[in-house]
Amino acid sequence: MSLLRIRNLSVSFSTASGAFQAVDAVDLDVDAGEILAIVGESGSGKSVSMLALMGLLPWTATVTADELSFDGADLLRIDRAARRKIIGNDLAMIFQEPMTALNPCFMVGWQIKEALRVHLGLDRATRHKRAIELFEQVGIPDAEKRLTAFPHQMSGGMNQRVMIAMAIACKPKLLIADEPTTALDVTIQAQILDLLADLRRETGMGLVLITHDMGVVAETAERVCVQYAGQKIEEQPVGPLFDQPHHPYTAALLDALPERATDKLLPTIPGVVPGQFDRPSGCLFSPRCKFADATCTTTPPVAAGPELGQVRCHYPLNTGERKAS
Amino acid sequence: MLNYVLSRLFTFIPTFVGVTLISFGFIRVLPGDPIIVMAGERGLTAERYAELEAQFGFDRPIYVQFWDYLTGVLQGDLGNSFVTKRPVWDEFFSLFPATLELSTCAMIFAVVIGLPAGVIAAVNRGKLYDRLLMSTALIGYSMPIFWWALLLIIVFSGNLQWTPVSGRIDLIYYFPDPTGFMLIDSLSSGQKGAFTSAVRHLVLPTIVLGTIPLAVIARQTRSAMLEVLGEDYIRTARAKGLAPGRINGIHALRNALIPVITVIGLSVGTLLAGAILTETIFSWPGIGKWMVDSIFRRDYPVVQGGLLLIAVAVMVVNLTVDMLYGVINPKIRKR
Ligand SMILES: Nc1ncnc2c1ncn2[C@@H]1O[C@H](COP(=O)(O)OP(=O)(O)OP(=O)(O)O)[C@@H](O)[C@H]1O
Ligand SMILES: [Mg+2]
Repeated sequence: MSLLRIRNLSVSFSTASGAFQAVDAVDLDVDAGEILAIVGESGSGKSVSMLALMGLLPWTATVTADELSFDGADLLRIDRAARRKIIGNDLAMIFQEPMTALNPCFMVGWQIKEALRVHLGLDRATRHKRAIELFEQVGIPDAEKRLTAFPHQMSGGMNQRVMIAMAIACKPKLLIADEPTTALDVTIQAQILDLLADLRRETGMGLVLITHDMGVVAETAERVCVQYAGQKIEEQPVGPLFDQPHHPYTAALLDALPERATDKLLPTIPGVVPGQFDRPSGCLFSPRCKFADATCTTTPPVAAGPELGQVRCHYPLNTGERKAS
Repeated sequence: MLNYVLSRLFTFIPTFVGVTLISFGFIRVLPGDPIIVMAGERGLTAERYAELEAQFGFDRPIYVQFWDYLTGVLQGDLGNSFVTKRPVWDEFFSLFPATLELSTCAMIFAVVIGLPAGVIAAVNRGKLYDRLLMSTALIGYSMPIFWWALLLIIVFSGNLQWTPVSGRIDLIYYFPDPTGFMLIDSLSSGQKGAFTSAVRHLVLPTIVLGTIPLAVIARQTRSAMLEVLGEDYIRTARAKGLAPGRINGIHALRNALIPVITVIGLSVGTLLAGAILTETIFSWPGIGKWMVDSIFRRDYPVVQGGLLLIAVAVMVVNLTVDMLYGVINPKIRKR
């Protein structure tokens, strides 16, 4: 049985201008020790689906699902107190903006030790020892001294390392990293990704890596789930996905990779992700799809079977009948 | 830190001069002649008037009088009261503990109730409790002090007979007052019932004086908390699986305190202004009542010296508040 199992997860926000469907019928599985990447443009509901899993959405959000289970616990049924025993402990998450994700009023050491105290009940001396160990594990130099630093006294990269140390403090079984490197500069990005991959190897935890960088996906992930406008439109292991994408959107994302460019000018996907008011009635990608026809604009496609990567498309690519151009 | 305090002290100088000028000018702008007031019903002859005028130095040009006053102040001499002939310093320090005791109690009352009320309102934003609390705060904020005081007196002293109407302690108690703080002195006197009596005298003035700061603090805490609760680090705290009490009471409140401390500091000025009315209503023998009495007597040295000392007290409080910021907000401390 998989570590995380999500079936038919939907999230809608009630806004001043009506309900907005941010996540639409998403299925997802993560096995123990696996790295799953979730990719998609800004606004495709990657963060919202994971925040829903963590129970971190504001009260304006309505979360529904057929199944939401983690490590044997049914997250749909358990009460808040029981959920608090799981999140931050077996199920941890780190965020995009390391500079604002840590509390500016408390020393970073205090913030780590808090997690150790609340979930593991370690005594003072053990907490201190473990905090230093964690800092060393995530590659923070001068670990003991850094415990007394405040977040604003450290760089974004260092703060992200602190966030990671805090997330892995209780040895989680699954770590969700929501664009952990987007706010950092390129050299630091690579270091943080390496660190996450190393930690995964050392601890055997599962890792969900949210990103919109296909390059990162290629280097780190084992399986990839592509999301568009709140829907999962394709899911494949990383090799097949890069070789034979089935969804035109996936193909377009891959074509936009500099390494794959055949022309001096990088191809781009025209248009933007549909928002609350311009949601198409058929396939959500149809307005931007170069293969779209009348069926696409009127009938929403259903997800295909696993042999086609659960693709949501009337005319999947690379099926043998039709090759990607 | 020392540098910071020194630089702040330096900025006191212009404020100090300004306050000296205003306190000197203010009482002189009021119509009424102190010599005539002192003479009272009897009146006095022209020669006697000229004599007194010369004695107080009123016959000299106003800027010379100001210069005299300023040089006196700089040497720590605020002059003597026209009425009691005692040095203004002495009078101030014998009355100040009463005001300090009342203001401190009022502030503690305002913070102890206002802070949690604001936090709870923010956490329950938009719900019944929040609306109820915020409208109550608005009423409290706009309530005229004297009217509120009279209302409380009528209900609690008049109808219910729970609290006395005036003074600091029942007159049957008499003991030395080494500190000037009635709560402390009554306790250390060891007289049975003295402390209870002091507390009962303190309750109504504390509520009256603390009401406006309470309303201000509750509203400010609420809005600061609402802002902080939307921050990323609160989401991080929730992702750690912390209990709501810990998130609101430690992670959020610590950040929300920064603007709240500001209004607490600013409230001190309001509090001293409010003390004037409150002390007059409750015959509380403090600085406020002393100032009001002196204004009616046109007791120039007391009014200008008293105002100056009050202003200095407010400045000291503001400096303390600024330093508290550093303790609460590490970003300021390190700069
Ligand atoms: N609290 C909220 N209230 C209303 N709408 C929201 C809220 N949070 C997110 N949304 C909307 O949900 C959609 C999905 O947002 P989400 O943050 O999951 O996107 P994302 O895929 O993570 O994008 P990014 O790459 O920018 O992080 C967006 O259109 C966003 O505007
Ligand atoms: Mg996101």
